[in-house]
Amino acid sequence: MSAMDGNLRELYQEVIFDHNRQPRNFHDMPEADHHADGHNPLCGDQLTVYLRINNDVIEDVSFVGHGCAISTASASLMTEAVKGKTVAEVEALFKDFHALLTDTPPERDFGKLAVLTGVREFPARVKCATLAWHTLHNALIGDHTPAHTE
Amino acid sequence: MNTVADPRLALAATELPVADDFPILARPVHGRRLAYLDNGATTQKPTAVIEAEARFYRESNANIHRGVHWLSQHATELYDAARATVQRFIGAARADEIIFTRGTTEAINLVANTWGRKQLTAGDEILITTLEHHSNIVPWQMLCEQTGAVLKVAPVNEIGEVELDGFDALLSPRTRLVAITHISNALGSINPVAEMVEHAHAVGAVVLVDGAQAVAHQAVDMQALGCDFYAFSGHKLYGPTGIGVLYGRAELLADMPPWQGGGDMIRTVSFERSTYAEAPQRFEAGTPNIAGAVALAAAIDYVQALGMDRIVAHEHALLAHATAALSAIPGLRMVGTAAHKAGILSFMIEHIHPHDLGTILDSEGVAIRAGHHCAMPLMTRFGIPGTARASLAVYNNETDIAALVSAIDKAQTLFGTRKPA
Repeated sequence: MSAMDGNLRELYQEVIFDHNRQPRNFHDMPEADHHADGHNPLCGDQLTVYLRINNDVIEDVSFVGHGCAISTASASLMTEAVKGKTVAEVEALFKDFHALLTDTPPERDFGKLAVLTGVREFPARVKCATLAWHTLHNALIGDHTPAHTE
Repeated sequence: MNTVADPRLALAATELPVADDFPILARPVHGRRLAYLDNGATTQKPTAVIEAEARFYRESNANIHRGVHWLSQHATELYDAARATVQRFIGAARADEIIFTRGTTEAINLVANTWGRKQLTAGDEILITTLEHHSNIVPWQMLCEQTGAVLKVAPVNEIGEVELDGFDALLSPRTRLVAITHISNALGSINPVAEMVEHAHAVGAVVLVDGAQAVAHQAVDMQALGCDFYAFSGHKLYGPTGIGVLYGRAELLADMPPWQGGGDMIRTVSFERSTYAEAPQRFEAGTPNIAGAVALAAAIDYVQALGMDRIVAHEHALLAHATAALSAIPGLRMVGTAAHKAGILSFMIEHIHPHDLGTILDSEGVAIRAGHHCAMPLMTRFGIPGTARASLAVYNNETDIAALVSAIDKAQTLFGTRKPA
């Protein structure tokens, strides 16, 4: 197996396929109090993130849209990771997650999000893994212009 | 496309012995042999072109049209000779109908900003087709915003051909400009340009043709096409990036105001008023890409030495072979199967997004394009976010197609979606 094949298997782990085939929290949310759209103009990936926030805590989160396996799985894993966290915790997690994919990651337990570490070896795909997070961030700050990753 | 009884036999007969002419093809990618199938984005460069550009800087570099010294005259002669080479290559009546630009995009924007701004007023119509690349959509949208003109779009059918009835139905005396692609960059469909030009001229419209995907893959003759403007890029024709061409009929160019102001495009300048040079200098403000023009001429010489007939025969045979090979893959769907098609294969694989496919193919040294191919409205027409696209050039062969097929198999295996053939 070549180094490239090893990198490819790191990128496309079973958890990624699972969340791509059956994304969690994949539905719209009529009762959402926050939402935002995200769009990667270069690849056409598009999604909407919905939130219900109560007392600064993310009570419910969901998304709809379409994209590649990395972007769909990342959005799905994100919804699981942020549910029940405070807004400040989520923003801190976004910052650390971004560092995990592009920079020196801080010492912390990323839980299931760690399966996306393989994206580090594929700089062209970092935008796929972070689109949902940029969109979530826009939803949190009430920015209704479409989020992007460029 | 399926008229060849045994594509493989035809393929062996048409193969061109050119791989050694392109040094980059010997470069492994991820430890694999490079199968470069992204020629619609840009072609690789033969040694003849790389050397022509380097030789210009080594032996001939000076600015043009201004020096009395020998080198400047020499550089000017090379630049003018490049213009004449382009003129002969596309069958333009006169060398001064050839304007050097940065590429197709700049050539189209030049027409929009000069001819368009002068000629169009509110209520005039610009007709394009659903096949167009963003560079043949957005400049016209900007022009419509500036002038109040209206953009109309001719439909395409299920297999990616412009519906000529629908095109004709949108032509009217209000149509001032028709802007159409010669060959679709996303699907490979070849438009019946001569016929469309004739219909457009019948209502008095001026016609611009986006030839970016055409000039490297078929003979292009301005007199036979009859169009008024023709735009193309050097880098999709085995030439360097940063050089392209706008052909314009002399009568139209003579009446067009300049776009960018500066050196080289003037006749006289005073602080009260300036007068402008004739075409093509009027449209080439500032020091142009001299080395690029010289290298583009070398690329044209290279293509003509190979022979356009042989290039067409080879790419056509390889397209037939690749179409058959890809169509045999379970779960693969071709997008764009026009009756008249150039060497572009756009496809979708069931359950695998084009970007995931692109990454996995790349790991096997197979370079393709994945996405909307700068033709988002066309993707919307087909209800898809994008496709995977393999696009062919003179150096591609059966080995490249075999690598593509085997890499797709790897992707389907990895995704667990491989089905028995």
